[in-house]
Amino acid sequence: MGGYIVKRLISAVPVLLGITVIVFLIMSMIPGDPATAILGSYATPENVERLNRDLGLDKPVVQRYFIWLGNMLTGDFGRSFSLNRPVIDEVLERFNATLILAGTSFVLCSILGILAGVISAARQYGFADKAITFVVLIGISAPSFFLGMMMILLFAVNLRWFPVSGMYAIYGGGDLPDLIRHLIMPALALAAVATGVIARLSRSAMLEVLRQDYIRTARAKGVPERRVIMGHALRVAMVSIIPVLGIQAGFVLSGAVYIEIVFQWPGVGRMLVDAILTRDLLLVQGGVVFVAACYVLFNIAVDVAQSLLDPRIKT
Amino acid sequence: MSAFLTLLFRNRLAAMGAVVIGAILLLVLITPLLPLQDPDVTATADRFKRPFTDGSVLGTDHLGRDLLSRLLYGTRLSLTVGVAAALIAATIGSAIGIIAGYFGGRTDNIIMRIVDMLMAFPYILLALAIVAALGPGLMNALIAVAAVNVPFFARNIRGITVGLANREFIDAARLAGMGHTRIILTELLPNVLPVIVIAMSTTVGWMILETAGLSFLGLGSQPPQADLGSMLGEARSAMISHPHTSIVPGIMIFLIVMSINLLGDGVRDALDPRLRSGALSRPRATTLVDRKDDIPAATDDLLAIQDLQTQFHVGKRNYRAVGGVSLAVKPGECLGVIGESGSGKSVTALSVMGLVASPPGVITGGAVRFQGQDLIGAPYETLRQKRGDRVAYIFQDPLSTLHPLYRVGQQLAEAIQSHHKISNAKARSRAIQLLKDVRIPNAQSRVDNYPHEMSGGMRQRVGIAMALANEPDVIIADEPTTALDVTVQAQILSLLDDLRRDRGLAIIFITHDFGVVAQLCDRVAVMYAGQIVEEGPTQAVLDAPAHPYTKRLIACVPELGGGRRALAAIPGLPPVVDDLPPGCAFAPRCDKAQESCRNGDVPLQGPAPRAVRCLFPEEAL
Repeated sequence: MGGYIVKRLISAVPVLLGITVIVFLIMSMIPGDPATAILGSYATPENVERLNRDLGLDKPVVQRYFIWLGNMLTGDFGRSFSLNRPVIDEVLERFNATLILAGTSFVLCSILGILAGVISAARQYGFADKAITFVVLIGISAPSFFLGMMMILLFAVNLRWFPVSGMYAIYGGGDLPDLIRHLIMPALALAAVATGVIARLSRSAMLEVLRQDYIRTARAKGVPERRVIMGHALRVAMVSIIPVLGIQAGFVLSGAVYIEIVFQWPGVGRMLVDAILTRDLLLVQGGVVFVAACYVLFNIAVDVAQSLLDPRIKT
Repeated sequence: MSAFLTLLFRNRLAAMGAVVIGAILLLVLITPLLPLQDPDVTATADRFKRPFTDGSVLGTDHLGRDLLSRLLYGTRLSLTVGVAAALIAATIGSAIGIIAGYFGGRTDNIIMRIVDMLMAFPYILLALAIVAALGPGLMNALIAVAAVNVPFFARNIRGITVGLANREFIDAARLAGMGHTRIILTELLPNVLPVIVIAMSTTVGWMILETAGLSFLGLGSQPPQADLGSMLGEARSAMISHPHTSIVPGIMIFLIVMSINLLGDGVRDALDPRLRSGALSRPRATTLVDRKDDIPAATDDLLAIQDLQTQFHVGKRNYRAVGGVSLAVKPGECLGVIGESGSGKSVTALSVMGLVASPPGVITGGAVRFQGQDLIGAPYETLRQKRGDRVAYIFQDPLSTLHPLYRVGQQLAEAIQSHHKISNAKARSRAIQLLKDVRIPNAQSRVDNYPHEMSGGMRQRVGIAMALANEPDVIIADEPTTALDVTVQAQILSLLDDLRRDRGLAIIFITHDFGVVAQLCDRVAVMYAGQIVEEGPTQAVLDAPAHPYTKRLIACVPELGGGRRALAAIPGLPPVVDDLPPGCAFAPRCDKAQESCRNGDVPLQGPAPRAVRCLFPEEAL
């Protein structure tokens, strides 16, 4: 098992390098003089020159890439001009907030989605199945940003159950209960679509498994039905559900950008959008590379979980 | 194609989706012709007018612009941009996929590596990076969304192309001297096109949503031009005071995405043949019971199947798989049930413990009594406590009947622990003992094997060990040796025979092989089209079969050393049991059939212990 993890980690190296190359290439699509594009047309010539030197823009493209890569490997992602602080500091701080939001959402959508799918499959064509199918249809069709706005309107403005936005109360907040009160709505809004997708997939995976002969065997030996469903059937269905969880994690992370805007959550997604609007390109570049790298590592964890679950996978 | 459309529209939800998206498309097409106000003309005096006030159906926004007009023009823009992005992504992605799949080798390798890397990004990061580089704007948002979806098309189309590239017609085109470009355009593309269209139809809703999302973030369409996303984004600041400005565009996005989703699901279902047949069902823990007639009275047999009727209800058709079967066993007795595939023998066996897949299976009549207690219609928990504990099953094909992800020891232990509260350690040592009982060598280490690590014969022994785990009174063995080779088969049969003699076990042995019956069973029942056509002591039936079907069935068994005797196959096929003609079911295949055979049911009769369901038996009983 340890060998398998190491092997997967090594195989991630080219992917990580590829990510830096792609981001680097996209950023070199910037039309015109990058330093002016970054600093805006009112920039002083000294600033433009300093940035050119910092970015090594006077050097050939390939050399520039390796300088950038080398800097990143030592933790130097450059300096954000709009915030006037190192990019990596800002990204780490913001990523922490995103991780709290997206992580909660991911756990929520995995549990709710799988549970809904299992119930749906076990009661195929029954009332619960039809109700779940209907809710799922609404869930996957509602754009997360619209859903978030409607939730604010209903639960924060009209019912006053939850705070309207932010991560902590401005006065007297900052503790865990405060965080949780702020977290519930955005986490649910972010989880909605992924929950629907996972529920659908879990339902069809479970139905596929429930018609297998070994399920009949389990029933024939008198295994209680609850255990047949939650043990025998779900165990096998998980083999096809887990890869989708990995994919959905990417969608949750993507959706977090919208939710962070709607709920004023101080995460990395809102940081990126603000950075794009202020043309703080070093911040965009650093944020994108960092988050993408984290996502690649997360997917390795998913693969490892998969191999733990299915002994038929050769590790 | 028309069959596909019929299927699609029989799905009411898909039809609803089609109607909604059709209506929206129509509205958007005729928008310039409608008597609407200019969507961009501001009138700050009239700002935030509520919906359904005079002069504006949906009210006005924060600059007093007419919301209905902005909504329709915004929808028009969103749909155009989304569809354009889908077209661009599909064209570029498919081109890359076709090139990778057609040329293969290193080209394929390099292209797919790049595609994999692009797919390693959460999609929005890539889109944001592109918009960051190009600057905010609707055109750039369109490029970003298209670019993000290129890898998806490339990977899908490459998969299809690889399958096609090695087919004969491509080779033939090559031999005919056609160039690569021509082969791709005239031979490959027409075959790939339907897949491209389907992939597009499932992603276009998604791309509309993504462009709307970028506009919502302020990175797409710039004021005063508005698509649905930027309308929603601008309305956000006034959401709390004037919610209608947010709700109007939000509901439109929701309707578009939902109708496209519904339609897409319908397309997928109509194309998937498995869903069409309704074969994807078997979720219930016990077979459905719907008995209309009286329940037969109890007997003193150990296990008695009494006038059992089991049907499969598929759509409007009822397949009568078991049409009134009565069988009984006493302790220590072995009863053989024999018949061709589809004769209803397995369904009879599975009905005993309510294991017939349901839906579609329904038990419509009769009773199954264990020690006098009716099991059909018994509450689930009563049935469960008998399953595996008093009446156990051995199934055919142990690779599919053992759980693939549990160790065999766990599966054996579970069989015991479902009925007895014993510790895990005890259950494990009992499992090892069971493996020894069925003569598995190295039981100590085999207990930790997964089924895929064992041979077929070994797995079948595990299946038998599992049936024996709780020392049941009855074992129902459903073709337990069919999947095995002859030597293993002989070992398994002698194992079962020993168990029966040692433990006084009753066995119902289901098979299509008279040789096996002769070796093991005291009595035999022959089934045809869901009914018993003959029964009696094995030797008596073998020596003097009374039913023409039995006689032909015995004649089918090749005899060792019998020389090159022509095997007498039975002409024709067993009947389909949804629409049986009156009279003897075997009459169409029987050369002795007469007019009276086809008039009315033929009773199963004869001096006990023999009985036959025939008006003109081969032998007088």
